Amino acid sequence: MKIGLFIPCYIDQFYPAVGVASLELLEKLGCDVSFPLNQTCCGQPMANSGFEAMSKGCDKNFVNNFKGFDYIVAPSGSCVLHIKEHLHDEDNPKAADEIRSRVYELTEFLVDILKVTSLQASFPFKVGLHTSCHGQRGLHLASMSELVAPAFSKPETLLNMVKGIEVTRPKRVDECCGFGGTFCVFEEAVSVKMGKDRIGEHQDNDVEYITGVDTSCLMHLEGILKRQGSKIKTIHIAEILNSQL
Amino acid sequence: MSSQANFTHAEAAEQFIADEPRTDWHDDTLWFVREKRDKAAHSLPEWEQLRQWASDIKYHGLSNMHQLLVDFEKNAIANGIQVHWAVDGKEHNEIIYKIIQDNQVQRIVKSKSMLTEECHLNEFLTEKGVEIVDTDLGERIVQFRKETPSHIVLPAIHLKKQDVSETFHEHLGTEKGNNDPQYLTEAARGHLRDKFIASELAITGVNFAVAETGGFVVCTNEGNADMGAHAAKIHIACMGFEKIIPKAEHLGVFLRLLARSATGQPITTYSSHFSKPRAGQQMHIVIVDNGRSRQLGRESFRNSLKCIRCAACFNTCPVYRRSGGHSYHTAVAGPIGSILNPNLDMQANKDLPFASTLCGSCSNVCPVKINIHEQLYLWRQEITKEGMAAKGKTFAMWGMSEVLAHPAIYRMAGKMGRWVVKHLPFLTNNGMNPWFKQREMPEAPKESFRDWYLNNKQK
Repeated sequence: MKIGLFIPCYIDQFYPAVGVASLELLEKLGCDVSFPLNQTCCGQPMANSGFEAMSKGCDKNFVNNFKGFDYIVAPSGSCVLHIKEHLHDEDNPKAADEIRSRVYELTEFLVDILKVTSLQASFPFKVGLHTSCHGQRGLHLASMSELVAPAFSKPETLLNMVKGIEVTRPKRVDECCGFGGTFCVFEEAVSVKMGKDRIGEHQDNDVEYITGVDTSCLMHLEGILKRQGSKIKTIHIAEILNSQL
Repeated sequence: MSSQANFTHAEAAEQFIADEPRTDWHDDTLWFVREKRDKAAHSLPEWEQLRQWASDIKYHGLSNMHQLLVDFEKNAIANGIQVHWAVDGKEHNEIIYKIIQDNQVQRIVKSKSMLTEECHLNEFLTEKGVEIVDTDLGERIVQFRKETPSHIVLPAIHLKKQDVSETFHEHLGTEKGNNDPQYLTEAARGHLRDKFIASELAITGVNFAVAETGGFVVCTNEGNADMGAHAAKIHIACMGFEKIIPKAEHLGVFLRLLARSATGQPITTYSSHFSKPRAGQQMHIVIVDNGRSRQLGRESFRNSLKCIRCAACFNTCPVYRRSGGHSYHTAVAGPIGSILNPNLDMQANKDLPFASTLCGSCSNVCPVKINIHEQLYLWRQEITKEGMAAKGKTFAMWGMSEVLAHPAIYRMAGKMGRWVVKHLPFLTNNGMNPWFKQREMPEAPKESFRDWYLNNKQK
């Protein structure tokens, strides 16, 4: 089983530790993982801003990097959802189709494909789980508060395998943090207000960390937390699942 | 009938949020309604099945609109109802004005109809010198204040009881500073009763028009549509053509969903079935297109016409709750408004599909399963295709797409970017950077993940 590790551009540049944790975690679980060296971005920043037509170059590059893998795994629900829904390549439609059906968000891959039931991880902290929208409502990583359906959460299932951790949920369990891609700058006021409100609910739970499956949401929350001088830190779920504290 | 607002959603939202305690209050109030909706939905094990049925019935209706409208007209006429067709808002308003003139009436009451808001009927009639009294309590409040509704179910939700007290003191002579809701409602009740008793003509909306019977259903919690329609000698009901459903039995699906989705009630207090005029009464129905057939022809956006105007998507929307209805500068605000209004006027409403994080909660609460957040994404593509995106944004996106399409350039740009954040922080940490206004920039690491991989893992 050959796995292509997809590390989204902003994680590559600003949060390499998330990539390292994802790679180490997959290797610990016995996976044969490679990181295609010419990967860049999924194209979502352009497409969500209405410039889907401009993401063709990105799409082509993505297909060139990731064709032929059995699975493509990324530590991001949002980027994976974008690939799943929007990856096309006119010159290589079959490869694009295959990638779309083989791309997985990390926790989804661990739970659904590797069927992980235990982890050698410990993280003795109180952690608030932020449910990122694209992973949840798009990839169905967790049940949704709006729907009348049985409750489940793939990220939480994994977190519960970590020794010493105490996982909490904010009062509004799955409200958006307000990142929203370019929304975070074009609707700056609403974006920050939404982030502050999410943080407030985690603060009420006295958490030491806020975690989630998307570094983009966490980057936005981290920016606000730091400005507030808060002691709460953000950490990607891969870093917790790979942790030996 | 849409007019260009002189502000964007983002600008109006920033102003709204400037009063943070009030924003929190607005957010909490609407979240409370969302929670009531959740409780009501979760009390019905068959909830998701009902949503699917409602969606399917509406889809059938949209696919057979021509026949359903012909059947409805035939059956309504047979019942003694006069049927009018309006191609747009202007014609809708003129039809109503003509009925007013033909019958030489002056005292007109109107219950809630978002269609008449969409067509700007009040302004039109006021210009003609005709006074029209909105009888929904929330609508009466905003009418006194010369505002528009900020929410399609809760028109005055942007106002607190203190605001209402001031408005009633000015217009109804209530005691200054008396904020007691009971007292204020009592005053409005007395005032509106006089208007009902005196009214000669009543305008109502339509929630559902039934093709097989030629009758229609109007839902209110205040009974104001009924009091208007039963007291006046003329009843005009206005509907967008998408209000049509094939059969009366389908009401069993929609009436169960509507109020639960809207307010968490099992059913609206009044779900009134009108089928024919009473002796001596005139009953008119105005069926309006106003861009709906154009929307029906747009494959990606057609099913926005399934909307039953419950406003569940407003109440769940984290952006709406923190920006208020007026920031959407349209009669129908919120997520559903953001996919309906670009069809009415794309240029004037090009900001609205961007007033969303695409979180998808709207689509999940929608009782007729409209894929609202996916349509927001698709409207964004339409708007840029039409060349309506700001020049600077287009250029920035083009630059970004070029960088990201070329791995070597991407790596160089990334390295430079990280170097700048680290060594020249004033270039990013300044007032020109909207990220930095209320957020710190991420810290720049020494190496990218790729660098680390090459140094540590590459065999």
